[in-house]
Amino acid sequence: MNSVIITAGFLIALTAVLVLILAIFKRKEVPSHREIPAFNQLQKALDQSIEEGTRVHVSLGKGKLVSQQGAAGLAGLSSLNHLSSQIQASDLPLLSSSGEPGLSILSQDVLQSSSKEGLGREENSFKQTRLTGLTHFSYAAGSIPLIRNNNISTNVLVGNFGVEAGLIIESANRVNGITIAASDDLPGQAVIYANTGESMIGEELFAVSEYIHHTPFKAACLIAQDILRWVLVISMLLGAVLKLGGVL
Amino acid sequence: MKSVISTPIAILTGLIVLTGYFFQIPILNDLRSLFLDWAVILAAFIVFIGVINISIVNVSHFTSGKKNGVFSLVLIISMLITLILGLILKPGHPIMNFIFNSIQLPVEKSLMAVLSITLIIASIHLLRRKPGWISVIFLVTALLILIGTAPSPFGEVPIVGGILKPFFAQVLAASGARGILLGVALGTLTMGLRILFGADRPYGGK
Repeated sequence: MNSVIITAGFLIALTAVLVLILAIFKRKEVPSHREIPAFNQLQKALDQSIEEGTRVHVSLGKGKLVSQQGAAGLAGLSSLNHLSSQIQASDLPLLSSSGEPGLSILSQDVLQSSSKEGLGREENSFKQTRLTGLTHFSYAAGSIPLIRNNNISTNVLVGNFGVEAGLIIESANRVNGITIAASDDLPGQAVIYANTGESMIGEELFAVSEYIHHTPFKAACLIAQDILRWVLVISMLLGAVLKLGGVL
Repeated sequence: MKSVISTPIAILTGLIVLTGYFFQIPILNDLRSLFLDWAVILAAFIVFIGVINISIVNVSHFTSGKKNGVFSLVLIISMLITLILGLILKPGHPIMNFIFNSIQLPVEKSLMAVLSITLIIASIHLLRRKPGWISVIFLVTALLILIGTAPSPFGEVPIVGGILKPFFAQVLAASGARGILLGVALGTLTMGLRILFGADRPYGGK
């Protein structure tokens, strides 16, 4: 077995143990999250949508489930799951769009089970979810009329978005909508930063679900992420010092 | 009830695929390959269902007489023509290439051009929307890279093209990008664990 596979296996096992220990120790603690302005804005935007009777649109991006971007898509689905529960009181049901058929099917399933649980009935989840296009720009082009014609005031973009996110956000800005966006793609993050009021950077994409709906396990995952990040930072600095000193 | 069945199946499948990646046990490897094959076949079939979703939504747009419903009709007709031609002629046929190169490609290029204008406007509004030193650094870096990269009638801009641009792009921006990517990788790892432990069930189960 080569060293990369051994290191990957060790890292997964270490993270799993760390998360389990933290989840056990933190299970009764009140959640205390680092302040991220985008989440405050998201909460305000959701409340405003419910009060005004406007619609919330969740865009899940183009992260293919059987690819490296699958995790971003799953993070988006998890957020959709909790967002749909949170805005059950709204007059207009949530709309979801994606550029990947797998995400589209799963989002239908998520919305169906969510409305069944909240309202005791199944809404027409088939029409609530849209596959707006299969390429990056056709996905963005298909999202533009969706945002303009459906009385949408809040847009949540969580998933894998490239530079095409700029077109989606621009159309939301044109109808004075509030946009909160997070992507795992670097050019996508730059475009999101330049176009939105508050944006999420890097791994904050994977924190959306926990910030909307707290569970000890997800909180433990965030703490484990922070611990591992510090371990990586210290290892890299140590490596650089040792390299400079001629030890490595 | 559905989640009682789907959750154990999802967790077990995930564990088998992950374990099969790390341990060379024949039965695990066979199961892993089988599950991955199923995933690929399902992913291909889901594209077909996605196309049905697009068709149904656009047919209902057109028949309900919604504003701009004619665009939905154009989309359905174009999709049907492309589908029928694709089934008869197969992808790679000159007519199929012509459709792609003369319709799909120019439209996407136009959208890219629209995006560049959108980004210029966004950059102009950035300091008003997010006044602060991070926005200033963002804009200065973008401008320096643009000046250093864009063709100029006077040749390479001294200092900017030769020293500043490589320093910003290959040292500062690259290290920042690596930091973000490491964060994303850690997030991906914990997201995978959330699914494997059943703490997150984004497949209809709460």
